[in-house]
Amino acid sequence: MSRFLVQRLFFCAVLIVIVASSALLLTRLAPGDLTTGLGSQATAREVSDARARFGLDRPIMVQWAAWAARAVRLDFGESFRYQQPVAPLVLQAAANSAILAGAALFVATFAGVGLGIFTGSRRGVMPAIVRAVSVAAVSMPPLLTSLALLFLAARTGWFPVGGMSSSDAGQQGQQWNELAAHLPLPVLALALPIAATFERLQSAAISEQIHQPFVTAAAARGVPPARLVLRHAWPVSVKSVAAIYGVAAGSLLSGSFAVEFVTAWPGLGRLMYDALQARDLYLVAGCAAVGGAVVSLGMLLGDVLLALSDPRVREME
Amino acid sequence: MNGSSCVWSSRMPSLILLALVSLPVAAAPVIAPNPPEQRFEDLLYAPPTMIHVWDGGPAVPFVYPQRLISRIDRRFEEDRLHPAALSWFARGRLVTGGQTPLLLLGADSYGRDLFSRLLFGGRISLSLAVLSALCAVVIGALLGGIAGYAGGWVDGLISRSSEFLLVLPTMYVVLVLRAVLPLVLAPGTVFVLLTMIFAALGWPIVARGTRAIIAAERHREYVEAARAVGISPVGLLLRHLLPAASGYLASQMTLLIPAFILAEATLSYVGFGFPPNTATWGTMLHDTANVLLVADVPWLLAPAVAIFLTVLGVNLLVQASGRPPVQLEG
Repeated sequence: MSRFLVQRLFFCAVLIVIVASSALLLTRLAPGDLTTGLGSQATAREVSDARARFGLDRPIMVQWAAWAARAVRLDFGESFRYQQPVAPLVLQAAANSAILAGAALFVATFAGVGLGIFTGSRRGVMPAIVRAVSVAAVSMPPLLTSLALLFLAARTGWFPVGGMSSSDAGQQGQQWNELAAHLPLPVLALALPIAATFERLQSAAISEQIHQPFVTAAAARGVPPARLVLRHAWPVSVKSVAAIYGVAAGSLLSGSFAVEFVTAWPGLGRLMYDALQARDLYLVAGCAAVGGAVVSLGMLLGDVLLALSDPRVREME
Repeated sequence: MNGSSCVWSSRMPSLILLALVSLPVAAAPVIAPNPPEQRFEDLLYAPPTMIHVWDGGPAVPFVYPQRLISRIDRRFEEDRLHPAALSWFARGRLVTGGQTPLLLLGADSYGRDLFSRLLFGGRISLSLAVLSALCAVVIGALLGGIAGYAGGWVDGLISRSSEFLLVLPTMYVVLVLRAVLPLVLAPGTVFVLLTMIFAALGWPIVARGTRAIIAAERHREYVEAARAVGISPVGLLLRHLLPAASGYLASQMTLLIPAFILAEATLSYVGFGFPPNTATWGTMLHDTANVLLVADVPWLLAPAVAIFLTVLGVNLLVQASGRPPVQLEG
């Protein structure tokens, strides 16, 4: 197990370094640089000063080496667009994204697994309805869901439209209320297709297990149906959901880009988009580094869950 | 046999749905009532044109021209004094309003016909997705086949690089790759670039599955037999081993298409895809960025419905073949 963990951690470290470095190098190689943001009125002196300040006057590999040397000490440089160090900017955005993604994963897990157990173990009208809604919801990716929910919000006024808080929210106590009001819409948009995916997988796994001899044997011993499903069939079936948890975490990150963009949530996706457009290369690299870290975390989480849910995996390693 | 007819009937709804989306798109020049670029200057954000079949009694389908009442409120009224019969099979189009603009799904911010743009836009969005999926499957099948057949360091190299690409969040990689290219490009160039980017990101998932199948197949007896009669490794891979993975490849193809439709839509929505005046489902979605406007002009969401129906059709097809649909990236 420990050898496996070391391997994984090494892979994660390599992943973060490669992702951040290639983001930096690609942005540097891209046509145009951050001095475009100075506007056409900028003098040649101002442009060359800005280039010197952000290391654009040095050869690309020299610049990369200087950046990497500072990055290992967690100094990710300065953002041109915001005129601030990159690290706090990226962390703030990542925290906002994490609130969104964490809430969505929480909702998706409970709703998806719960409904999956229900539809997988029962027959009748209600499970059929849930199943139909679920197939439709799998086909509602976050981009479409968030557009549809925003439309609904604008028509009905049930939710505030976009953003993380209204601009007039001043006091500390009010901020939490604001967050609670603004959170449901993007969370729902992000969670819906993932919840539906979990529901489908859990449902298929439960209905497969429920006909296994060990469940029949337990039923013959007089175990009540609810206990049969929850204590006997479910623990064996849960690994089918756990197996795609890592993938789901990745799709959460991809999906959150669309949701953040549509609902104006000030998260990592939005920050990265702005940074790319401004050719703000240290900010791009910082976003990529955090993104790589998030992906690594998702992978590790998936591995841990798989090991917890399937004893055979634990023994193998 | 009974089994095959059962498979057909369970696949029927999804196939009908996919045909309903793709056939009009393929036949866009005939079915679209208006050219996609034509602007009706006085019909900005005009609502869908109602088709009437009752005029004091049953009548041949006709429309009333829409008259602008208030430009600032986007209010329109049917001009009851000038009914116009629909003209069928005129000028190479299935149906038009004759001199009266026929806007089946209303008009966009430039007064262009949304329905026609949807059909023409679908040609770009769908063909991009299908072509990219095809490229990804071909590359993935070849690399996965080579990895599974060759083993050793070749396998290690291909497998490690595909694993690496697999864990990256696709949308961000697409975004970075597209963003570092020049932002203003001709639609044709964007099409080629996006196909390359999508294929480059889609192949690993195909390669991983193909590798597993080929690695299992290559010890089977028919492979030994083929080798015994002196077939070359390339021939063995292409003629005997890869056909064993064909079912898997087809299913991967169906899963990649909706993912790529969405990727195009997301990219164009944020302004990193096709140029804004080119009709694709993504660029059309870009018009919905102003939420308060969409609340008044809900027909701008038509491309979202088109994407939903396409993805739903594919997911139903996947469901009918007995596997649970999995939400891929997007």
